[in-house]
Amino acid sequence: MLEIKNLHVDVDGKEILKGLNLNIGPGEVHAIMGPNGAGKSTLAYAICGKEGYEITKGSVTFKGKDFLELEANERAGEGVFLGFQYPVEIPGVSNVNFLRAALNSIRKYRGEDEIAAVEFLKLIRAKAAELKMDPEMLKRAVNVGFSGGEKKRNEMIQMAMLDPIFSVLDETDSGLDIDALRIVADGINRMRGDSRSILVITHYQRLLDYVVPDFVHVLSDGKIVKSGDKSLAIRLEKDGYASVGIDESAA
Amino acid sequence: MASTLETRQAVEEVSGDYKYGFVTDIEMVKAPKGLSEDVIRFISAKKEEPEWLLDWRLKAYQKWLKMEEPDWALLDYVKPDFQDIYYYAAPKSADDRPKSLDEVDPELLRTYEKLGISLQEQEVLSGVAVDIVFDSVSVATTFRETLKKKGVIFCSISEAARDYPEIMKKYLGSVVPMADNFYAALNSAVFTDGTFVYIPKGVRCPMELSTYFRINEANTGQFERTLIIADDESYVSYLEGCTAPMRDENQLHAAVVELVVLENAEIKYSTVQNWYPGDKDGKGGIYNFVTKRAACRGENSKVSWTQVETGSAVTWKYPSCILQGDGSVGEFYSVAITNNYQQADTGTKMIHIGKNTSSTIISKGISAGKAQNVYRGLVKVLPNAENTRNFTQCDSLLIGDECGAHTVPYIEAKNPTAQLEHEATTSKISDEQLFYCLQRGLDVEDSVALIVNGFCKEVMMQLPMEFAVEAQKLLGISLEGSVG
Repeated sequence: MLEIKNLHVDVDGKEILKGLNLNIGPGEVHAIMGPNGAGKSTLAYAICGKEGYEITKGSVTFKGKDFLELEANERAGEGVFLGFQYPVEIPGVSNVNFLRAALNSIRKYRGEDEIAAVEFLKLIRAKAAELKMDPEMLKRAVNVGFSGGEKKRNEMIQMAMLDPIFSVLDETDSGLDIDALRIVADGINRMRGDSRSILVITHYQRLLDYVVPDFVHVLSDGKIVKSGDKSLAIRLEKDGYASVGIDESAA
Repeated sequence: MASTLETRQAVEEVSGDYKYGFVTDIEMVKAPKGLSEDVIRFISAKKEEPEWLLDWRLKAYQKWLKMEEPDWALLDYVKPDFQDIYYYAAPKSADDRPKSLDEVDPELLRTYEKLGISLQEQEVLSGVAVDIVFDSVSVATTFRETLKKKGVIFCSISEAARDYPEIMKKYLGSVVPMADNFYAALNSAVFTDGTFVYIPKGVRCPMELSTYFRINEANTGQFERTLIIADDESYVSYLEGCTAPMRDENQLHAAVVELVVLENAEIKYSTVQNWYPGDKDGKGGIYNFVTKRAACRGENSKVSWTQVETGSAVTWKYPSCILQGDGSVGEFYSVAITNNYQQADTGTKMIHIGKNTSSTIISKGISAGKAQNVYRGLVKVLPNAENTRNFTQCDSLLIGDECGAHTVPYIEAKNPTAQLEHEATTSKISDEQLFYCLQRGLDVEDSVALIVNGFCKEVMMQLPMEFAVEAQKLLGISLEGSVG
């Protein structure tokens, strides 16, 4: 599904990713771990096409398409979703309106008709119930005055509504208490399926107890330095990054 | 769009009863270029005005001659040459107009399309030759029959001068005196048309009153004058302007609007202003120098100004409230968008004279491109105004780093019981907000429109439904090309 080859990315003239390779097949869940400053968020932004993340070398292919040719909103239209580490506030725009505008933009990109208002409301209520989200939250302005947990839950409902085939979750677990973590993990697990793939970016192994990955990669200094299965994450948690030969203080 | 076509048809239908219709006016010629007593006499004669009004105009002209054009606003523009303007013009003849939409600027047509305006309405708006055209002639006579039953008078100000001289004499210039300021004095001398509304005691006007003004003729200054009187216990909602852009060369638009609100009465006055703002390099565009003022004379009277200002090269406008009656209420809700080289210096004045008067000011300024946007406001509490309240909120949103936003609030409180609050914020559309929207599938233009509409929500909510949806689209269109 997603193929990243020898990816080099500069931010503000500084090279952050230095030849990263990653292959994610349909139905697979990959986790990327690594110390602060390793380039984890940069990878997420580069995949999703954020401005200022300059690809100097390498390729990103999604379902056989050259992804680097597409604008950020077009990549979303292709079915890529990014769960933000720090979800952004949009004052005055209700969650419902935001989601409807987003969903209709994606449908338009795919050549589909706009969703009928009634159908949309049914859908969003159903998804909110699945995620145990207070429907009142849907009326509030996007992320404005939300607690950390509410923001992350809001990301989950957006993901559920936009129904992506590939989700990148950038430290979605950070700052969550155990109840919120379970709800977020549940949201992620609902997205698992034979034709969907997920990339979980996390600093801690905690989330991986709930969202069990098929593959775990360690990112350090802009490259993937080690890959393995779930046991790699457990080893990192127990023995630290030094156990796989990474000097965390240098990062 | 405030239904130009419907209006046109309605006007056609009633034109049989319309004594001083544009059919006659269309055959008229221009007044000679420039301003003199003769030109004022010409206008007054064309309007078949009574003698007292001509005298009033001439007096205003004499005062204007002694006045100087103000330059305290944060505006930079070439001052108009007042002798190079036509002060009265009949509509263009069909020969001078585009023959079809093929001859109209495609950029303008694209905007019409985005606003969802029908082809026929596009023809009317872009000045394509159609059977009936109107320029300095008010068409605010449409629904007169329905209104007549309620005793509501809704007619052009020229008609009012002829048919309702007592009310006109009593109220004309009573809120904005003829020599109030340079442009008000000019308007008083040469106003060519405008709207007159009188709502009798106890009447709730059965419909939103709407009119729109058009500027068609090159180099024709537009000097509209509006006078609305809400008698005791009455209510009216008045819509001015049009979401569709109006195109022309540098033109001066100096209107005066006077509102008089008596006991327990309320006027809601909503404006969408979208005159041609000039091109991307700041060439052309309308000068919009307007004096708008409301006098809340009666106890518990109320005025609410709502404005969405997206057009004009230069806007200079402060819709104000004189809160004279005890317990009277003034409100000002404003969105001002400036893009490219547009400049806006706008705000309000709330003058608290009566006891227990209150006012609310919500101003949202948005700047993009190289534009400058100023909020300038005055809240004044006079010594006898006990227990007054004001809440002011001024928010500015910047798009890009070459534009400017300025907030100039003046507060003068001469009574210690006054409670005044002022809040101001300045923010930018951040790259993070934009990327968040893009990542959810919205394109750049839709993202900006969404964020800006969210920013303006408190004001947009005040607009009557007819205006609100189109005004939302308009905000997005006005900012096209400002990001990315």
